[in-house]
Amino acid sequence: MSFQTDNKLIKWFDDRLPLVSVMHHTFVQHPYPRNLNVAYQFGSILGVMLTLQIVTGIVLAMHYTAHTSLAFDSVEHIMRDVNYGWLLRYMHANGASMFFIAVYLHMFRGLYYGSYKAPREMIWMIGVVILLVMMATGFMGYVLPWGQMSFWGATVITNLFSALPVVGDPIVTWLWGGFAVDNPTLNRFFSLHYLLPFVIFGLVFLHLVALHQKGSTNPLGIEIKGPADYISFHPYFTVKDFFGFAAFGVLFAIFVFWFPNYLGHPDNYIPADPLVTPAHIVPEWYFLPFYAILRSVPDKLLGVLAMFAAIGVLFILPWLDRSRVRSAAFRPQYKWFFWIFALDCIVLGYAGSQPAEGNMLVISRIATIYYFVHFIFLMPVLGWFERPKPLPTSISEAVLAGKASTSAGENA
Amino acid sequence: MMINRSIKVLAGAVLGIGLMTGSALAAGDAKELKSVDWHHSGPFGTYDRAQVQRGFQVFTEVCAACHSLKYIAYRNLMEIGFSEEQAKAIAAEKDIEDGPNADGDMFTRAGRLSDKIPSPFPNDNAAKASNGGAYPPDLSLIAKARVGGEDYLYSLLSGYSEDSHGHECGTGTYYNPYFPGSCLAMPSPIADDLIEYVDGTPATVDQMSKDVSAFLTWAAEPKMEERKSMGFKVIIFLLIMSGLLYAAKRRIWARLH
Amino acid sequence: MSAASHGGDGGERRDFLVITAGAFVGVGAVGLVWPFVDQMNPSADVLALSSTEVDISGIEPGQSVTISWRGKPVFVRRRTEAEIEAAVSVDMDDLPDPQSDLERHKDGKAEWLVVLGICTHLGCVPLGFAGEYDGWFCPCHGSHYDTSGRIRKGPAPANLEVPEYEFLTDTQIKIG
Repeated sequence: MSFQTDNKLIKWFDDRLPLVSVMHHTFVQHPYPRNLNVAYQFGSILGVMLTLQIVTGIVLAMHYTAHTSLAFDSVEHIMRDVNYGWLLRYMHANGASMFFIAVYLHMFRGLYYGSYKAPREMIWMIGVVILLVMMATGFMGYVLPWGQMSFWGATVITNLFSALPVVGDPIVTWLWGGFAVDNPTLNRFFSLHYLLPFVIFGLVFLHLVALHQKGSTNPLGIEIKGPADYISFHPYFTVKDFFGFAAFGVLFAIFVFWFPNYLGHPDNYIPADPLVTPAHIVPEWYFLPFYAILRSVPDKLLGVLAMFAAIGVLFILPWLDRSRVRSAAFRPQYKWFFWIFALDCIVLGYAGSQPAEGNMLVISRIATIYYFVHFIFLMPVLGWFERPKPLPTSISEAVLAGKASTSAGENA
Repeated sequence: MMINRSIKVLAGAVLGIGLMTGSALAAGDAKELKSVDWHHSGPFGTYDRAQVQRGFQVFTEVCAACHSLKYIAYRNLMEIGFSEEQAKAIAAEKDIEDGPNADGDMFTRAGRLSDKIPSPFPNDNAAKASNGGAYPPDLSLIAKARVGGEDYLYSLLSGYSEDSHGHECGTGTYYNPYFPGSCLAMPSPIADDLIEYVDGTPATVDQMSKDVSAFLTWAAEPKMEERKSMGFKVIIFLLIMSGLLYAAKRRIWARLH
Repeated sequence: MSAASHGGDGGERRDFLVITAGAFVGVGAVGLVWPFVDQMNPSADVLALSSTEVDISGIEPGQSVTISWRGKPVFVRRRTEAEIEAAVSVDMDDLPDPQSDLERHKDGKAEWLVVLGICTHLGCVPLGFAGEYDGWFCPCHGSHYDTSGRIRKGPAPANLEVPEYEFLTDTQIKIG
């Protein structure tokens, strides 16, 4: 049943540019598993956050000046004089954190329910690319206010590349456009920070094309078998997603209106000074686990490689996981290891926020090793040894059985 | 459901990373800060106009000798309860360098509302040279640029003590237990009755420290009151909207068997 | 057919609750748009830059200076007797935007004409002591202004605007 209408104008338009059919196909015809739970809300939340970041970013760029002598002042101009400038900047700065909260939850959902497994490897891999581009965007955005953390963060992160043998130093000089982080660096970071969100937008489009090719996974990890298993996006997930936006909006608003600087660092309200390094250099919270991995390796090059490998290993995850069963709901051992892994990431995050010395260094080393053991060793081995629980025969069977047993009947 | 609970735990945990970072950063080697129950703290807190105005007086008569406040213009004083005439009069007391005129010369004129508060030194190096090599930082953002914010400013200003508890501070530095490292280049800037408050409040060290810290908090975050009051409306709106959407979701999903 | 259509009441039933929730989403979206629109209006520091003081003691009769006020040019022209006479003697019926010369300068200061140097047609800066009336001539689209800054010929619809200004002393004016 394809899209049909009696309206001649819509017919004429859709015949030449099938926007209406595509929307109709996506929101009305395409089958979505009826049992998607709250963990599946974050995809659409991320779409909203990306849009919000782009829109707030575009208006901030109308007032921001990408020059070392004016950048800090122009941000204060936004905060003090531009109409609603403080709101727009706090939305943008905290929006980045909210974006990462949502993306990490989105990824943990994928890990828990095995969303990366065949035949959905491409969706997952595009997602990892999106994460990488997001990280680059977030990092360059943090440089723009040209405070102390901006400057020293930029210095430290760009210096990561100096770990590469032979080409390292020339690459760093090339990134800087000079012999230190300076005006050329700031200017190009601004240009790229403006560009990359649109690259993310394009990648998200591919992410969705790949998603619609194979359809969404669901908490049971079994495919749609019959009409009783699926529902249309509209109105069921439209209303559910809008509820998700509103609820996530509450969290966002609490940060924007009452704790706008909580996730930032006081040193970034000090203008950049190339001659004085702050006592503690700390990246934004969303980089802390990776920062901990970097610092836990005592060798410069190996540390940098370990950090990149921590993300790189996600690319091959679909092939590391040897289990026949997708969802952790039916994998009694993996379920435990999933939560241990989540805890490990939190430990890494905490370790990244602390000075790298004493016990904290030992803890971050153990956590780093466990991070890789989880992917390289546990994921393949569990597939062999684990005895999965029996899978239900269909989504509808499981859902209806669940409804019969609980009076609430829903899992939203 | 079990899974939902797990997700919530995870969400809380991820947020927790951020929260731990914040508290981790607050830990330093200096003495624990004195905590003040500020009029402007809390979800609905507003600046105490009288206090902030007194703080402005402390800034003008004491701090401004060395520190600039370059992001504040005289027009901003109307936001802390000065009338337009008062703000104009305060501005007019200052000589502002302007120019060049038609002959190419710089000249001075009386300050206007649109002028920013002028810096005591022509440039950073002059400021350093006049202060024994230590740069007196601009105070516009100091309340946001220091861990502990206004509590830190208050503790520092009121925390100088003669007894250095065995700390050896080098020449040109002074002992203060609240300063990270305990020795700073700024001598105690205030003393009892150093100034005479316009509103007659006794000018004790404690009072002046509090007042100027409140003033500097306003200077760093002048939109705080607007932010909190807008936030309150936004949260109420979002909560009602969430409730309605949740009910609508249940209603629509009830169509499914 | 999906699970949805197994419901007996069809998929499109609307009720008050759903409509209210939708209305809230709509109101919220509209409210969110306003800050994004308003940020393009003049900021507080721009609005505060209201006045400029000018020393006019060095301007001879028959001379004009151009001053920048709020980013726009202001012409301060010290008119000669002949120029004033030319401006006063014009028949009102000849003016597309009738205004007497008296309305365009301060009382007793007929010598001093202060106008915004912006052509009322499309915003170019007119040239002084030019055009058929020896006042101003706009090179962009050929508008002629007389020695009172009034439009006489060409596409401009109105006279050159007289900004708000006052004489602080005989040799000092404050614009804005």
